[in-house]
Amino acid sequence: MHIEHPKRPLAKLLITSLLLMGAAGQSFAEWKVGDALPDLTAFKLEGKLPDCSNKVLMVDFWASWCTPCAQSFPAMDPLQKKYGEQGFQIIAINVDENRTAMEKFLKKSPAAFAVVRDASQQLVEKAGVSTMPGSFIVDRAGKVRFVHSGFNGKKTEKQYEIEIESLLKK
Amino acid sequence: MKNKARLFAAMGVLLLFSTGCQHVKPWQRGALADSVMQADRDPLGVAQDEHIFFSREAAFGGRGVGGGGCGCN
Repeated sequence: MHIEHPKRPLAKLLITSLLLMGAAGQSFAEWKVGDALPDLTAFKLEGKLPDCSNKVLMVDFWASWCTPCAQSFPAMDPLQKKYGEQGFQIIAINVDENRTAMEKFLKKSPAAFAVVRDASQQLVEKAGVSTMPGSFIVDRAGKVRFVHSGFNGKKTEKQYEIEIESLLKK
Repeated sequence: MKNKARLFAAMGVLLLFSTGCQHVKPWQRGALADSVMQADRDPLGVAQDEHIFFSREAAFGGRGVGGGGCGCN
């Protein structure tokens, strides 16, 4: 019986390995729709976490150096004011390596919603945010229902409202 | 013998790439997003350089891409 040997097996192995390594490095295990939000208290976040029980949550990962994050803050404020009483809560999780950078940012753009800091960057790593800001809208049962990558001005604002309203009705 | 040498060479290249490639995660791009990391942070200086290249060397464009490396949006 004649067995055909593959041509240049080493080259093939090398190329495949390199491609696999590249793919592994780029893939982020981002929270998906349907995933359960983990217990945020387990991540040693700096700052006070609000009461999240039976609430529609918006978990937003942001940093002071991220321009779209700065644009999203003024858009999130009215959402908290408008839907807060109906059981909606925004938790903005800062991922700055430098605490003073966050404080400087908040002085400039004060937030009407809860802001905590993920100093160890463990939570953001777990969330696998693919673009900053990354926000996850979570229903009252604690399941991720909508995922947003980045902030695209009015378009994203409108989407936020539609999604939050749909979850508050349930 | 030749195959062994090839195998070692392949392993060497693999090792080189596996240690050298590091993807910066989106939340770790604070330093990259800093204004000092932008090549074109002085618009007037860039315009002057472009003019010199254009008039002296008949070269135009090809000057990097937009964005500061923050990777946002």
